[in-house]
Amino acid sequence: MTRSAGPGVEEAVAWTQEDRPPDGGQRHSPLPGGKLTLGFTVFYLSVIVLLPIAALLLRACRLSWTELWELATNERALAAYELSLGASLIAALINAAFGSLLAWVLVRYTFPGRRLLDSLIDFPFALPTAVAGLTLANVFSEHGWLGRFLVPMGIQGAFSRLGVVIALTFVGLPFSVRTLQPILEDLDRSVEEAAACLGAGRFRTFVSVIGPTLFPTILTGFGLSFARALGEYGSIKFISGNLPQTEIAPVLMVVRLDQYDYTGAIAVALVLMLFSFALLFALNWTQAWASKFQKP
Amino acid sequence: MNLPHPTTPRPPVPRLPTRENPAMKWLLIAVGGVFAIVFLLLPIVNVFAQAFALGWGPYWKAITDPDTGSAIKLTFLVAAVTVPLNVVFGLAASWAIAKFNFRGKAMLLTFIDLPFSISPVVAGLMFVLLFGANGLLGDWLAAHHVKIIFALPGIVLATIFVTFPYVARELIPIMEAQGTEQEEAALTLGASGWQTFWRVTVPSVKWGLLYGIILCNARAMGEFGAVEVVSGHIAGQTDTLPLRVDKLYNEFDPVAPFAVATLLAVLALATLCVKLFLEWKSRDEA
Repeated sequence: MTRSAGPGVEEAVAWTQEDRPPDGGQRHSPLPGGKLTLGFTVFYLSVIVLLPIAALLLRACRLSWTELWELATNERALAAYELSLGASLIAALINAAFGSLLAWVLVRYTFPGRRLLDSLIDFPFALPTAVAGLTLANVFSEHGWLGRFLVPMGIQGAFSRLGVVIALTFVGLPFSVRTLQPILEDLDRSVEEAAACLGAGRFRTFVSVIGPTLFPTILTGFGLSFARALGEYGSIKFISGNLPQTEIAPVLMVVRLDQYDYTGAIAVALVLMLFSFALLFALNWTQAWASKFQKP
Repeated sequence: MNLPHPTTPRPPVPRLPTRENPAMKWLLIAVGGVFAIVFLLLPIVNVFAQAFALGWGPYWKAITDPDTGSAIKLTFLVAAVTVPLNVVFGLAASWAIAKFNFRGKAMLLTFIDLPFSISPVVAGLMFVLLFGANGLLGDWLAAHHVKIIFALPGIVLATIFVTFPYVARELIPIMEAQGTEQEEAALTLGASGWQTFWRVTVPSVKWGLLYGIILCNARAMGEFGAVEVVSGHIAGQTDTLPLRVDKLYNEFDPVAPFAVATLLAVLALATLCVKLFLEWKSRDEA
């Protein structure tokens, strides 16, 4: 899902750029079907993705701006954005910490069950989010496998704000692990050897050598799981219990749509789109920054 | 004749300075393992435990309910339309992007990624605003008796939207890495463009293509948010399996939602098994 370019990509790009005529014109590719496939790609993209986005923006333009602004920024909407951003941020931070730890463990160590652990990481990608929400709500509820111990201690993991964080952590976990894993595998071990030769202990090496190298990638994984959490709806519908204090922005949008409040739904949708585009921009920038660190 | 073993113990092998202390290593493994078991393994096992909590009887009853049956059919139908369309798009897009140079390629790539960053419920709303009763094309569709929202075409369109980038995103980096030399050789030897594509390009990206297909299929069968917004929740007609789980959950049935959820959990397990197989195969060939 990330733009993980294979090892040959840089060469391929360099090759095509060198072959370009000096006047900056396009080199003619000898392969057939370029116009046909590009035409189909642009057509399909326009029908499936761009047309619906245009529909949303067109409809928004026809509405009165003051009403739209009021519905996008009333108290209920602001509370929903606050919870959406806050819970997604906490979930993404948990994923950055545990995801990095899991990536490290999976890449650097051999132990019984390593392959099984590696496969488990993909579960949130493969499991429908509705099922994730359903079962997490049950596990953390009063009589659930974990809830029976946690609820008496006062930890409400289902139908609460904590539940929202738990579900968002679940759906975002693979992003941070899978972003970091290939980078960690390619990490040059000789730098660590050099640090050890110069007298650094393992902890010092980690803090001053490995950590800074991996930081941009960890940040990319953090951004990806944050973006995923911000748009998540399926699992939250089950674990939030439809309470006013657990209403995130996507849920508010659906609630308004169910009440035929189209203007209200459009207002929330526009804010959500704004968040995701801002995040997409930030992620592109982070990835460009991160890729600088991987070049020798 | 046996010589007596030396009694002095061997000096311990010093730890390499680029390896962690074993205690630290096992602590990290334990923390990661416990986190994965609590957050990933426990929930999936719980689906099956809850589904069979009252034995086979209630489980079987929930699975064989006619509304569940039609949800299974609809889910497969939606995936059967969505996945091939996105595969054709993925092949076309990766061919155009990886094998040719043109202006605006970076922008095209960003557009292909858009569905990943748009919330599925917002995607659903877009289709409602386009094709719904008071949508932009609503009057025209009503006049021609075409029903898209709260019907199969809407569900298919919303699913295509959310699974749009999966196949293309898998194929583009693989095709870019392979360059165009093999295709150029095939063309020089007299193969037609179509032959080159089927006999040279497709076989060389087959594992990546299959991986994209299973990911796309898993998402298509499991999508909830986008489909919920456009489906209208008509039991027996526009309920896919995830929507059926939601409906049973809202009826406070203790077993039935989990019973239906096991079908989706099996789908997830099958997806992971195929993924492992594909990784093993592609490593085998490399």
